[in-house]
Amino acid sequence: MTDVIEEQQADATTRMNMIQAINSAMDVMMERDAGVVVMGEDVGYFGGVFRATAGLQAKYGKTRVFDTPITECGIIGVAVGMGAYGLRPVPEIQFADYIYPALDQLVSEAARLRYRSDGEFTAPITVRSPFGGGIFGGQTHSQSPEGIFTHVSGLKTVIPSTPYDAKGLLIAAIEDNDPTIFFEPKRIYNGPFNGHWDRPAANWSKHPGGEVPTGYYKIPLGKAAVVREGEAVTMLAYGTMVHVCAQVVEDFGVDAEIIDLRSLVPLDIETIEESVKKTGRCLIVHEATRTGGFGAELSALVQERCFYHLEAPVERVTGFDTPYPHSLEWAYFPGPVRIGMALKKILKD
Amino acid sequence: MADAVRSNLPPLALHVPEPKFRPGDTVDFADVEIPAAGAARRPDTAEEPRAYTDLVYTMVRVLDENNQAVGPWDPKLSPETLRRMLRHMATVRAFDERMFRAQRQGKTSFYMKSLGEEAVAVPQAYALDADDMCFPSYRQQGLLIARGCPLVDMMNQIYSNTGDKLQGKQLPIMYSEKRFGFFSISGNLTTQYPQAVGWAMASASKGDTRIAATWCGEGSTAEGDFHSALTFATVYRAPVIFNVVNNQWAISSFSGFAGAEATTFAARAVGYGIAGLRVDGNDALAVYAATQWAAERARTNQGPTLIEHFTYRAEGHSTSDDPSQYRSAGEPTAWPLGDPIRRLKDHLIAIGEWDEERQAAMDKEVADAVKAAQKEAEKNGILGHGLHQPLDTLFDGVFEEMPWHLREQRQQMIDEETESGRPWDRK
Repeated sequence: MTDVIEEQQADATTRMNMIQAINSAMDVMMERDAGVVVMGEDVGYFGGVFRATAGLQAKYGKTRVFDTPITECGIIGVAVGMGAYGLRPVPEIQFADYIYPALDQLVSEAARLRYRSDGEFTAPITVRSPFGGGIFGGQTHSQSPEGIFTHVSGLKTVIPSTPYDAKGLLIAAIEDNDPTIFFEPKRIYNGPFNGHWDRPAANWSKHPGGEVPTGYYKIPLGKAAVVREGEAVTMLAYGTMVHVCAQVVEDFGVDAEIIDLRSLVPLDIETIEESVKKTGRCLIVHEATRTGGFGAELSALVQERCFYHLEAPVERVTGFDTPYPHSLEWAYFPGPVRIGMALKKILKD
Repeated sequence: MADAVRSNLPPLALHVPEPKFRPGDTVDFADVEIPAAGAARRPDTAEEPRAYTDLVYTMVRVLDENNQAVGPWDPKLSPETLRRMLRHMATVRAFDERMFRAQRQGKTSFYMKSLGEEAVAVPQAYALDADDMCFPSYRQQGLLIARGCPLVDMMNQIYSNTGDKLQGKQLPIMYSEKRFGFFSISGNLTTQYPQAVGWAMASASKGDTRIAATWCGEGSTAEGDFHSALTFATVYRAPVIFNVVNNQWAISSFSGFAGAEATTFAARAVGYGIAGLRVDGNDALAVYAATQWAAERARTNQGPTLIEHFTYRAEGHSTSDDPSQYRSAGEPTAWPLGDPIRRLKDHLIAIGEWDEERQAAMDKEVADAVKAAQKEAEKNGILGHGLHQPLDTLFDGVFEEMPWHLREQRQQMIDEETESGRPWDRK
């Protein structure tokens, strides 16, 4: 994979899946900064329902890694207060589908605290939450609500697509003094899902993104990664869809340039603009529902900035404007068939 | 519609609370239960929260009808302290009066008085340490004044002028004063409750000695954040004081819409296993004593305390509200717990530590100080006299560092302003 940006590299590396990489990021940061605290439902003794916080309480103690009552508005509200005191909380929301009770604390409080107090108080919190579909999670274990958060001024939104990125981005998010929503695509916790649900699942052991430094390093927020260079069309994706796009491009033999946005706010507009001006075509892919989704913002930006370079309308392949279904999962999921058809359409002329 | 088969059952009835008095009604508060001053016991703070259950259904009161301090809750403050407290309460009232008028004169867009509730915040500032962290609602200006925040600074914020350190970004009275341990006020109700718990938990986890206190109105106890805050606080025994200022009204809704017909707000504490107290919110000594008691519990790792301050919102909700539309005009004067400032004054006189002449002189001094501060603040501008901040400052502070999209929007704004002949030029 091509990383176009400068990154701090740690020396020793090892194979990790995304869960282990996320665990490692918190471990590294808790070691480096006594203000980092990890909190959420089942994150303490048990180590999290996805094992992301396994071992942290035993290592750092109950006052730094602790289980919370089941109240998302409480978790985020308490984290904001801890941040105001001077800690650096990393609260977990068990599923992104359950972040809504905390919306008021995120939108009205965390996002605005710096602005409304002119910097007297800040909310340096990183909200980790598993998100996305492809796991038969049905309506409330599959959602991709990133568009709700990218719409809120004062919040940063970050979504990794590999273990390597997950660790580097999470460390950057924890160190960042602004509140950050860190969505973890749970479909690729264990391997880079390529959209072919009917084929054996891959794991991270052979993927270059599964080689992860054991120590401290970070990937700056606001920098996209060009995961495949190409000339025919620019594909903008993040999370699981990066891998699905890569597979579709291979299946169809298209010379597409695939950009993994990695952080949606702040957005790496330069990389996007440069690519679309080169290819003249842009296909946006996300799992989230279409209307008002982040793809609409991307489409508008490309239109505004690359209008005279465009040779075809900007296309979007997204989840449908329906709740996430259970048995009809693969009809809903923007998989190889739907992305393939969109590629065909956008490359027609 | 009732099914024919079940027509032998009595029809259900929905109860919608209704306040006793509406505009035009004669007010009679005879049925408001006011236990005698000195009657409530003052237990040791080291007991289990359930040991205090009786205290949530009575009322801690110190000042009796003869203006004497009686009973176990008498904090036995020095006359000097009481006089300072009285002066701060009088300052809050004078400040409110002046700023309310400033809004009516068009000098600012908005104001909220705390008339009749001066005994809630001011004595509490005395009972807490100066570095304990307060997470107030919008009606605890008494905390700031008692903690020594310059009146000019508060007025600058109200006027959104060049002296406003929040750069005109916040609605008037949404102060933020870290130096006085006063957390940034939010318009969203009760969000400060879990935040105070988080701050207190952080303090405890760091082995600090500072505690947190937070305030909300009785109406706001209905918010979900109230429940999550109390749950967190009891689970981790957070060193926090929850204050519910029960002033009987949430804008036009009487306290019945927050559940007051069935129980007290202090009683909310019982179900959470939190110590609860219900105090006469117009009795400065009782409020001080209750707060001191709660602070002692918090400071000795006994956990959180919830205090219901039973008081009355004597004025409209805000400058945008006209209470004569929904309640009887007779209510404020008929309120059985009286005026908190008058009660403290009468107490000081009764113990021979004050007199009407000194009161009159103090009132004048306080009024003059507020007037002088206002004059000073108005030198920095009032609302509507042009822009007081460079227009592009509105982009500052969204993030620690400004991302490209905000820099672009800022530039676009400046370019448009310049091209259109600078209509927003700073006056």
